Amino acid sequence: MNWKMSRVVTTIADVLVAPIAIFGIYLILHGHLTPGGGFQGGAVVASSTALLIIAHGAFGEHKKDLSSLESTGLTLFILLALFGLGYTMFYNYLAGTGTLFGAEVPSGINPGYINTGGTVTLMNIAVGMEVIAALSLILWMMAKRSGSMDLETSRSEVEE
Amino acid sequence: MRKSIAILAWVVLVAFLIVAAVQMRDFGEPKYDDMDQHFLDNSQIDDETNNVVAAVLFDYRGIDTLGEATILFSAVSGVIAVLRKMRKVKRGVESG
Repeated sequence: MNWKMSRVVTTIADVLVAPIAIFGIYLILHGHLTPGGGFQGGAVVASSTALLIIAHGAFGEHKKDLSSLESTGLTLFILLALFGLGYTMFYNYLAGTGTLFGAEVPSGINPGYINTGGTVTLMNIAVGMEVIAALSLILWMMAKRSGSMDLETSRSEVEE
Repeated sequence: MRKSIAILAWVVLVAFLIVAAVQMRDFGEPKYDDMDQHFLDNSQIDDETNNVVAAVLFDYRGIDTLGEATILFSAVSGVIAVLRKMRKVKRGVESG
């Protein structure tokens, strides 16, 4: 069974996917400056995945790469937390050191500099990777195994 | 042996919950504000982070965020386990 949406739906989805995904990535990368962060931005990017799946069906075979992306994000998060164990777990050892995301923040009201935050920024990215992959994987698996949205149901039924 | 361990764990858990319930503050008074002012004052100094919420999420209360991420991970594991590809059994043939 083929999942067929009209040309209007697929075209609008193709147009809207890129802005939604870019907005989600913006939310993740600016998590230490503006409202949002890893979880919220990841959910926004996963909603663009939902749009693609609704428009085009459960395309391709993405279980391996999405689950490896999720594991990578979670492992990165735990490792970033464990590297601070010389002081405590989740100690922000990069803040104010001048290295990666280590610029100093002027106290009080300031315009917000992207090169600050230390491990907070890196953990936002790691959690964002995990949430993107996790929610996309849930959506993709449900669409794939539900049958009607699976683009290759008939072929896989013949195989097994 | 396993049963006694389970009973012991249950007793310890219930004792812990009872102690926590007795020590709880009055209903409707969310007065856990010992750390609030510290967060507001020091998030720019401790973390070099403008966003106090991000500082609380990923530094001061990082273990909670780790638990949150683990919950998401186990949710995905459960979805994959439920929706895994089953081997189709032909109708009328017993599956051993």
